[in-house]
Amino acid sequence: MEKFNVFASRLIPKEDYVCSGHRACQGCAEALAMRLVHKVLGRNTIAASATGCMEIISSPYPETAWAIPWLHVAFENSASVGSGIEAGLKALMRKGKIPKRKINVIAYGGDGATVDIGLQWVSGAMERGHDMIYVCYDNEAYMNTGIQRSSSTPLHAATTTSPAGKAIGGQQTWKKNMTEIMVAHNIPYVATINPSYPFDFMRKVKKAAEIEGPAYLHAYSCCPTGWGSRPELGIQLGRLAVETGAFPLYEVEYGKYSVQEKVEDFRPLKDYVKLQRRFRHLTDDQIAASQERLIKEYKLLLKKEQMTREGD
Amino acid sequence: MAKSKPIVDTGIHFIDGNMACAEGAIAAGCRFVSGYPITPSTEVVEHMAKRFPEIGGMFIQMEDELAASICFQGAVWSGVKGMTVTSGPGFSLMMEHVGLAAALETPSVFVDVQRAGPSTGLPTAPAQQDMMQARWGSHGDYEIIALSPSSPQECFDYIVTCFNLSEKYRCPVFFMMDETVGHMHGKVKIPDASQIDVLERQNTTRPPGEYQPYKIYEGSVPEMVKVGMGHRIHITGLTHDEQGYPAMNADAQQTLVKRLCSKITDNVDDISIIKTENIDDSDVVVISYGITSRIAEYAVNTTREQGINAGTAQLVTIWPFNDRAMMEIASKTKNIIVAEMNLGQIVNEVRRAVGNAVPVHFLGNAGGRTISPELMIGKIREVTR
Repeated sequence: MEKFNVFASRLIPKEDYVCSGHRACQGCAEALAMRLVHKVLGRNTIAASATGCMEIISSPYPETAWAIPWLHVAFENSASVGSGIEAGLKALMRKGKIPKRKINVIAYGGDGATVDIGLQWVSGAMERGHDMIYVCYDNEAYMNTGIQRSSSTPLHAATTTSPAGKAIGGQQTWKKNMTEIMVAHNIPYVATINPSYPFDFMRKVKKAAEIEGPAYLHAYSCCPTGWGSRPELGIQLGRLAVETGAFPLYEVEYGKYSVQEKVEDFRPLKDYVKLQRRFRHLTDDQIAASQERLIKEYKLLLKKEQMTREGD
Repeated sequence: MAKSKPIVDTGIHFIDGNMACAEGAIAAGCRFVSGYPITPSTEVVEHMAKRFPEIGGMFIQMEDELAASICFQGAVWSGVKGMTVTSGPGFSLMMEHVGLAAALETPSVFVDVQRAGPSTGLPTAPAQQDMMQARWGSHGDYEIIALSPSSPQECFDYIVTCFNLSEKYRCPVFFMMDETVGHMHGKVKIPDASQIDVLERQNTTRPPGEYQPYKIYEGSVPEMVKVGMGHRIHITGLTHDEQGYPAMNADAQQTLVKRLCSKITDNVDDISIIKTENIDDSDVVVISYGITSRIAEYAVNTTREQGINAGTAQLVTIWPFNDRAMMEIASKTKNIIVAEMNLGQIVNEVRRAVGNAVPVHFLGNAGGRTISPELMIGKIREVTR
């Protein structure tokens, strides 16, 4: 991490701590996001993993991908285990049992493990103020068990437990805004990250690691298997998600918002949804209604930026 | 567009146990499922998510198993039949609400498609390791009912029985499947709706002023009611009196908890289903349940062809444990083998029930694979040598 301050492709370290040979599906942008996170965090890192795709693709022998200490716990509690690791290290350092040095403690989970079953545990870890990073790899459904809806699944998306049929057309609720829930915890750093924007991504991970206290990162993670998109389109979908307003890139540092990759003219949401089979039943009206709401939320985000930056 | 399926999908189907379980629940009148995805049970809720919108039922995917195991109990009190579905780790999370269902006497069905544990274990491999957890998982004294199916057809048939028992005895009823039965495809005959024996909710006929939610008017089970129909309803997980109000004293505790237990233990013969074959004057009887019964059937038939006088007993009902039936088996055979995909759970119940009447042998594994027919045949030979 200390090795680079300027972000350019040739300056990015070659070392990987989530190594090749894992068994993620073709085109998995979530695995890419995880790899980038650990490229930045480097060797002095301990990871606590929730049950989920990133656990199952990276851990079973002989496809084990980890080159750092890694603990798989249960589904809901990686944030609590991360809290324990951080507090344990702190106690050992205070008593002089281990040398004082910076060790990154990261806990991560998918959207199910973060916004559904793990919500109270993430909330507790952030509220207690542990010096750790929590990363939510949000692929917008329970992909590991075979594509069931989560509360992070976008409106109308078809999953196996929110199927698009005659009576009901896919997910019936708006995506839960976990980033704002974390902002409401008044922690030092909250950011959304997207592997389609690798330099912004790595800058934010670095900041999350350097800042004292808890940091929360919400990672956009395209899942070709679950979304019914072509595997080679992962990066393009990530860009489209930002350009259509579906997944804004922003960070909140000590309560101050700043929006990255600002969108002036929104791309039609249709460009984004038409590339994904999970949205194929959508009508033009439904797409228009979603876009309208997304733009409204985006404008609110810009207002928050403006308000929290007044006097800067 | 394909025509919607009828509510009871009468006919011959080639489906897996999970789907048979879902269809059976629908046939039994279940119209509410709250669940949470977990391998290897997910197909049950996926099927409900597809079927319910067409037949006026409701499936809700909750945020975790804690919520899933209590959400449907709310629905039950509003007047519908409901259930939840899970597997090992989710089953562990549900335990608080098992005790609540026992205390509130909520007719409730919990489906556990067992996978190998402890903890995350082997999510895609079978086991029968949750049998004692089903019985003892929540704190305090209470009794429950548990059934275990051995084939997709039994998944359909006995989930209906589970619903009927939950209505009759107003207690948690567990359907203890396993990964193999859940994912095994087989022929399932769904009879005409009129041929399926379904016990509807027996709501009280007493007018609001007279009715008390936990008063025993007849038998040992109180009369159920639907909330919001004018009756005074006060239910609580605290020890309560006949009116449902908290009664925080040892006498009320004795009265309530003893009745919660005795309403089940006094009716073992009515609840218990045990299928026996060739047990009279046998040299050995293999006692098993779930998928292990299918293997026992094959092993016993094979050894019988080789001249060994062996029989089988399939425990469809595991809890309440039928001690008398075990004694009867012991009186008719020289040896008992208990086979189960765990390191010894129900075998200890059998040993307790039969005492020193006959030797009770154990054949098991730590889950992850079914017990092989060869191993079982070997065990039968060894015991009868």
